[in-house]
Amino acid sequence: MTSTAGVVVVGGGQAAFSVVSTLRASGYDAPVTVFAAEHHLPYQRPPLSKKAHTEPEGLRVELVPESFYRERNIDLRLGDDVVALDTAAATVVSRTGARVPYAHLVLATGARNRPLPVPGAELDGVHALRSLDDALTIGRALTTARDVVVVGGGFIGLELARVALARGARVTVVELADRLLSRAVSPELELPLRERHEHAGLQVLTGTGVRALEGPGRLDRVVTDREHLAADLVVYGIGAIPRDDLAREAGLAVDDGVVVDEQLRSVTDPRISAVGDCARHPHPHAEGPVRLESVQNAIDQGTLVGRRIAGSPASYESLPWFWSDQGDLKLQIAGLRSPADEVRLVPGDSPERLAGYAFRDGLLVAVETLNWPAEHLAARRLLERRTPVSAGDLAGTTLGALARARRAAEVRA
Amino acid sequence: MPTVIFQLPDGTERKVIAASGTVLMQAAVSGGVEGIVAECGGNASCATCHVYVDSEQAELVGPPNDVEDEMLDFTAAERRPTSRLSCQIHLSDALDGLVVHVPEEQV
Ligand SMILES: Cc1cc2nc3c(=O)[nH]c(=O)nc-3n(C[C@H](O)[C@H](O)[C@H](O)COP(=O)(O)OP(=O)(O)OC[C@H]3O[C@@H](n4cnc5c(N)ncnc54)[C@H](O)[C@@H]3O)c2cc1C
Ligand code: FES
Repeated sequence: MTSTAGVVVVGGGQAAFSVVSTLRASGYDAPVTVFAAEHHLPYQRPPLSKKAHTEPEGLRVELVPESFYRERNIDLRLGDDVVALDTAAATVVSRTGARVPYAHLVLATGARNRPLPVPGAELDGVHALRSLDDALTIGRALTTARDVVVVGGGFIGLELARVALARGARVTVVELADRLLSRAVSPELELPLRERHEHAGLQVLTGTGVRALEGPGRLDRVVTDREHLAADLVVYGIGAIPRDDLAREAGLAVDDGVVVDEQLRSVTDPRISAVGDCARHPHPHAEGPVRLESVQNAIDQGTLVGRRIAGSPASYESLPWFWSDQGDLKLQIAGLRSPADEVRLVPGDSPERLAGYAFRDGLLVAVETLNWPAEHLAARRLLERRTPVSAGDLAGTTLGALARARRAAEVRA
Repeated sequence: MPTVIFQLPDGTERKVIAASGTVLMQAAVSGGVEGIVAECGGNASCATCHVYVDSEQAELVGPPNDVEDEMLDFTAAERRPTSRLSCQIHLSDALDGLVVHVPEEQV
């Protein structure tokens, strides 16, 4: 290997940033190059569906200023994407023709939106949200939109629906499944969540498929299998697909994401790692390999790989957690629930607060909270430390109270 | 704009000039201060931006808000009397020279 080869990172998002900042913080001093397809400095996506539409031009979402990369000698190549991996020569090839050798390669390519498979999806006035540019476009469209239809009742759809509502539009959410957030949230918590959205003024149609988007040139209605909805803006969010095509074309194992081991190395080529939305990995809290789409996962996986390359290897076992702000609802999830788990809803100390405790074989495995960040944090502390918490331990009390009591007992001991 | 000083667990110190209208967490992240993870980007969701305000300046900075106060009971490092979430501290010229201590762990 030539002495100039260092780390090459493909992708300029949350996970890529975590890798390179960790490398330098850990004392790694060989070359670090980042290929980032977008023209923007690496930025946070969560505000895009929560805030960017209220203050699109004023919103600052970049993770750190340009000087951060310069001062740390990180070669950040914005607007240039990697188009091929030559794993035999350990070199990447970019669209502009750059060829850069690597000692370690990190794939942090994220995910793309699943396209809406109905006629009319290409009409003017139909948008999906993933990038900052998308958010600016949707933000502008919202200044005039009167009738907004959101296709997909997942996190991004519901967040956007509440933003559109706050901007004065009539908003309908159309969801094919028979409930909102069907993959992510328990049916028990979904009910009160839906009630609150409807109370705030969202129209919610579940069990309803979209057949077509129609209009003379420009969109003016959505045809569902129940009724026609007037619409001058459609935003859809029906899931994401990992960007694993580079890996597949290079002959790496891919299965809805780049398949990696517990240290996040490709199972095909140990000089290549994958992190964030594009990686499928084993996890001690999951039954089989998982692919997680969250900021926590992108940050923690990037940190783990950065440290490993700098000389401190470890297995990935961070507790998964997630948040979503939907209007005045702050939804947080700690741990991984599976559909067979038993969920008990517990009211908080004020009417807007609620928690759902998920038990498997009588032990707590995941906690969903509404507007109750302290309870969420208590759950994380207990689940992270793998402290067994039984359904009996939680009879008549909250996790917050339990965690405080246990902490006090530790201090006394 | 105010200059703020982060004292790191290893005894070193980082001085950062804050941009106008920002919160302390943003100053830390822009300045590349290790140890302020800020997973939620300032959303009062994660408690990975925990700091200890220097006790001499605690009064100037003020107490945590209600939600923050509850969250501080569950930070990764121990809570102390001057614990704050740095994303909830709004900077102004009055806080020029602010000194905060970064805890050992955030997650
Ligand atoms: C609107 C929105 C809201 C969200 N809200 C939340 C939330 O509230 N909480 C939460 O936990 N998570 C949220 N997420 C998810 C979270 O943002 C992602 O899980 C996280 O960004 C994943 O980081 P990543 O680095 O893997 O991918 P990304 O941040 O998507 O970055 C990947 C980057 O790689 C680039 N790229 C791809 N291929 C190439 C190539 N060949 N060459 C060069 N560059 C390439 C892409 O252009 C992209 O910029 C949200 C996501 C979206 C879209
Ligand atoms: S950055 Fe998440 S709580 Fe402060």
